[in-house]
Amino acid sequence: MKIIRHSFDGVIVGAGGAGLRAAIEAAPHMKLAVITKLYPTRSHTGAAQGGMSAALANVEEDNWNWHAFDTVKGSDYLADQPAVDILCKEAIDSVVELEHWGLPFSRLENGKIAQRRFGGHTVKEGEAPAFRACYAADRTGHMILQTLYQKCVSMGVTFFDEFQVLDIKIDDGVCKGVVAYEIATGDIHIFEARAVTFATGGFGKIYKVSSNAHSLTGDGPGILYQKGIPLEDMEFYQFHPTGIYRLGILLSEAARGEGGILRNKDGERFMERYAPSIKDLAPRDMVSRAIATEISEGNGAGPNNDFVYLDLTHLGAETIKQKLPDITDFVRTYVKIEPIDEPIPVQPTAHYAMGGIPTDVDARVLSDAQGSILPGVYSAGESACVSVHGANRLGTNSLLDIVVFGKRAGQSMVDYVSSTKPYSLSDNAAEDLKNKIVNFMEKEHDPNFSVPKIREELQDSMEENAKIFRSDETLTEQTKILSDLRDRYDNITISDKGKVFNTELLEAIELEYLLDMSDTTVASAQARKESRGAHSRVDHVERDDQNWLKHSFAFKNGDSVKLDYKDVELGNYEPKERKY
Amino acid sequence: MDINLKILRYNPETDRKGHWEEYSLDADPDERILDLLHKVKWFDDGSLAFRRSCAHGVCGSDAMVVNGENMLACQVLVKEVSNPIKIEPIRGLPVIKDLVVNMDSFFDSYKKVMPYLINEEEPGERERLQSPEDRDRFEDTTKCILCAACTTSCPVFWTADTYVGPAAIVNAHRFVFDSRDNASKQRLEILKDVNGAFRCRTAFNCTTACPRGIQVTKAIEDVKRETLTIN
Repeated sequence: MKIIRHSFDGVIVGAGGAGLRAAIEAAPHMKLAVITKLYPTRSHTGAAQGGMSAALANVEEDNWNWHAFDTVKGSDYLADQPAVDILCKEAIDSVVELEHWGLPFSRLENGKIAQRRFGGHTVKEGEAPAFRACYAADRTGHMILQTLYQKCVSMGVTFFDEFQVLDIKIDDGVCKGVVAYEIATGDIHIFEARAVTFATGGFGKIYKVSSNAHSLTGDGPGILYQKGIPLEDMEFYQFHPTGIYRLGILLSEAARGEGGILRNKDGERFMERYAPSIKDLAPRDMVSRAIATEISEGNGAGPNNDFVYLDLTHLGAETIKQKLPDITDFVRTYVKIEPIDEPIPVQPTAHYAMGGIPTDVDARVLSDAQGSILPGVYSAGESACVSVHGANRLGTNSLLDIVVFGKRAGQSMVDYVSSTKPYSLSDNAAEDLKNKIVNFMEKEHDPNFSVPKIREELQDSMEENAKIFRSDETLTEQTKILSDLRDRYDNITISDKGKVFNTELLEAIELEYLLDMSDTTVASAQARKESRGAHSRVDHVERDDQNWLKHSFAFKNGDSVKLDYKDVELGNYEPKERKY
Repeated sequence: MDINLKILRYNPETDRKGHWEEYSLDADPDERILDLLHKVKWFDDGSLAFRRSCAHGVCGSDAMVVNGENMLACQVLVKEVSNPIKIEPIRGLPVIKDLVVNMDSFFDSYKKVMPYLINEEEPGERERLQSPEDRDRFEDTTKCILCAACTTSCPVFWTADTYVGPAAIVNAHRFVFDSRDNASKQRLEILKDVNGAFRCRTAFNCTTACPRGIQVTKAIEDVKRETLTIN
């Protein structure tokens, strides 16, 4: 195993939207490397579909305060309101900047960026659905990812493609760099860097039915959690209402923004009962709960009554072709039906982590619930929790989040690097990772302790016990299961002992992050004895602002989880009952 | 249903050259080819190497040759291909291990065509305007996910890897026909070169191979025609 050294001022881990946006900001001012376990253009930002909200007011009157109101209300009042103000205010310039860099937005007849409706976005604080989501057909994320990568190519940003960061070096509370594994060779690379941004995305692979890529295993949060850094608001995980039945492949909310309707087995537009004013365009947590309720009450369609229909048949072929080409292609490819003529079987799919690495509004990582800063370490995008999404993210706000806070992460790296001196790392920095790998290589393979077996049991049980509806009973059961899986993980083995493209080794290491993400999700969910946003407790059905208007901070405590709490930062909007 | 899966395996640490290995699997007709590869990797031979990420045809990781044709393994269902199913790495790029190829030269060609918007004019505080008609001119080529299915299906590329290939030309097209871009001339100069667009012999393999349905050959023809407008 060769050990290769590199010296940079800053390193960005992950090359999705947040990582690339941070790179564009930081690269001109320092020696910078972007390290990604994929190729940048394979990042999951590219799978985002419907749009990116900003109060451009291209279609109708709009202003960023209404966007902020919707975001706070959508978050079930758990978002930190000063951070939401930043998100919504900076949204406008962020969209314009992407356009200037070449993003091919769909256009209105007058040549301005087109905007569409999306769940939970309204004008005048709830009066009617708002045309706020800027879009490029239904492949907005693809266009953002391509545009940011193109910009990086034009700037000559240094990339290490298919290198997987597996360790961070923090000495005496100060960041000194990261250690990565080169997938093509099995070599270990030490990257000296005093500023490190984690933009590694989410961890939807803790669930069985998920819209997430196989690569979304919580690497950044996992690496930091294992070093004693807390994870914030892990109990809030978003289930997108419309995943393709069984497969979980995302069908954008834009389908409903363009007029699509959810129907139960009787053809009833059931959202009229759950959200009388904005119906199918209610926020995702409410729509997913409504679907789960319909299914549990026997109103689901199909032989097992376990899905509902997304009906686009009244939209007409032209609208579908122009505005929803990709998602309707997914339906043709994977379900083999024609969505112009037939309704689509859908079910909620694990989609987005509101929780993650705690940061302030400058993407600086917090090391405790009191707000202490971990110098030199930053996070942005889905891996981070600022918190702008609170207990439930509104559609389109994630693409916004990655550019607004990705940029801020880059700026923070620049500030930090310009005011500090480089540190050096010795070859010993590779020791922990080297030992971990040697251990996998030397241990004889036992199929009873293989990665796929444990991972499958993890995903099945999380799906069963910690999905849309939770209770003390299901969470207690899941805690037991996780403890058993953790014991078995300690004896995990792999069969591939090679150096070249040993993805079995990487899957084994990623599985530990998935266990960490699951532990913190379940522990935080069990402690929170209320229902708020995406966290629905059947044994505590009301929101409880008296006791729970606060963020959870989950720390690693041996093999268990220790919790602490931080008050929500309020602003213009007092918590009110959330009705749509 | 019973599936006989044949995979062209190569491990540089133990093999001198590639060899076929066969796997008998039970599969649902609605499963993806990628699901079959995962079954082999997860429950039979953990050393099988292939790239994958999104698993629904948008990230471009898993282009491979299935029964002789380039496709994304996650985008094709078992019932759509004939059994036995033969899987090989995409052609014309060096194999690293099993179904994984070295993509360096592919991305180098992409970078050669300056795949980014060039416009030195001050854009102002708001978005540049672009009519829906102008936007439509390059709509098709914005869909590219850089999976390399087109380039590695091209017979010209197989024999001359100096050819920039269909994917690079598609990405040039995306900017050449964007009304906001001012550097068409520079890109077209590059594509007029001996290794540029005129190497294309309109075999149409690229158009058939593209998992995003891009009219690749048409895009190449558009670019060829456009080069005739510059001096």
